[in-house]
Amino acid sequence: MRIIITLLILFNLSFVQSVAQAEKFSINPNKIFKNLRCLICQGQSVGDSNSEFAQTIKLVVKDQIKEGKSEKEIYEFLIEKYGEWIVYKPLFNKVNFLLWLFPYLVFVAGGTIIILFLKKSNNH
Amino acid sequence: MQKKIIRTSIILTIIFIIGVFFIGLSKDKTYDTKDLIGQKITKVQIKHFFENRKISEKDFKKNGFTLINFWASWCAPCRDEHPYLLKLSNEKNLKIIGVNFKDKKSRAKNFLDELGNPYAEVASDKLGKHSVTFGIYGIPESLLIDKDLIVVKKFIGPILRNDYSLIKNIIEKK
Repeated sequence: MRIIITLLILFNLSFVQSVAQAEKFSINPNKIFKNLRCLICQGQSVGDSNSEFAQTIKLVVKDQIKEGKSEKEIYEFLIEKYGEWIVYKPLFNKVNFLLWLFPYLVFVAGGTIIILFLKKSNNH
Repeated sequence: MQKKIIRTSIILTIIFIIGVFFIGLSKDKTYDTKDLIGQKITKVQIKHFFENRKISEKDFKKNGFTLINFWASWCAPCRDEHPYLLKLSNEKNLKIIGVNFKDKKSRAKNFLDELGNPYAEVASDKLGKHSVTFGIYGIPESLLIDKDLIVVKKFIGPILRNDYSLIKNIIEKK
C-alpha cells in the first residue's frame, strides 16, 4: 500500500512539474505586451504601440522568453527597472494584498449578509 | 445583533473605499524612474563601438564616478547637452561612457567628429535592448554611478547647466 501511495505521489509531482514546464514554454508574448504600459505613449500598452520604447521592450520580452524565463520573472525584471507603473496588473505583494483580496472579502461578506437575511425571513 | 454586523460592515466598506480613493488620488502620478537610484548595476555586456570587445560593469569600477550617457546622432537634444558633456570630460573623478542608441555607425562617427568626443569609452546598443538594463525609456538619458556601481542620480532629458553643476558638486564632494 505504501509503495502505491509513494508511486502516486511521485507520479503527481512529475505531472505537476511537466505542466509547469509546458506553461513556461508556451508563454504568449502578446499577453505580456498587453499587460505592459508604454511609458511614453498616451494610454497605450506596449502591444498596441509601435514607439521606439515599445519596440525595445518587445525585443527584450521575446529574448527573455527564449531564455526560459517565466511570465512572473519577466514582470519582476521590468518592474525592477521601470517601477510597478509599467504593469497594468500589478503583482501580488505585501503593499497591494488588500486590493487583491478585497473582492473575495466582499464576496464572502455579501454571501454572509444574504444568508443572514434569508435565515431571518424564514424565521418570520 | 445581525443589524449591527451589517451596519458595521457597510461602514467599514465605505471607509475602506474612501481610504483607497484618498491615498490613490493624493499620490503623485508623474512617472519617473527614481526607484532606480540606489540600485546596483549588474550584468552589463555592451558591444564596444570602435573595438572588437565588450564593455562590462568592470569598466565602471575603475573610475571614481561614471556617467553613462545614452545618445544618438538623430537625437536633437543630444546636441544641446554635448558641450556640457565635453566640459565634464575634463573632470578627474569622472569617466563618461557613451552608449550609442539605435543609430547608424557612420552617422554616429560623424556626430562625434563634428562635435567632439567626450566619452572615455563608446558602446553600441544597436537594437536598444541594453537600455532596458538601465531603465531607459527615451534619449538622451544619463546615469551617474559610483565605483560600487550604485546609481547615484538619473538624468532624464539632456544634461544642461543645472545638471552639470549638480554632477560637479556630487563628484567633488567625495
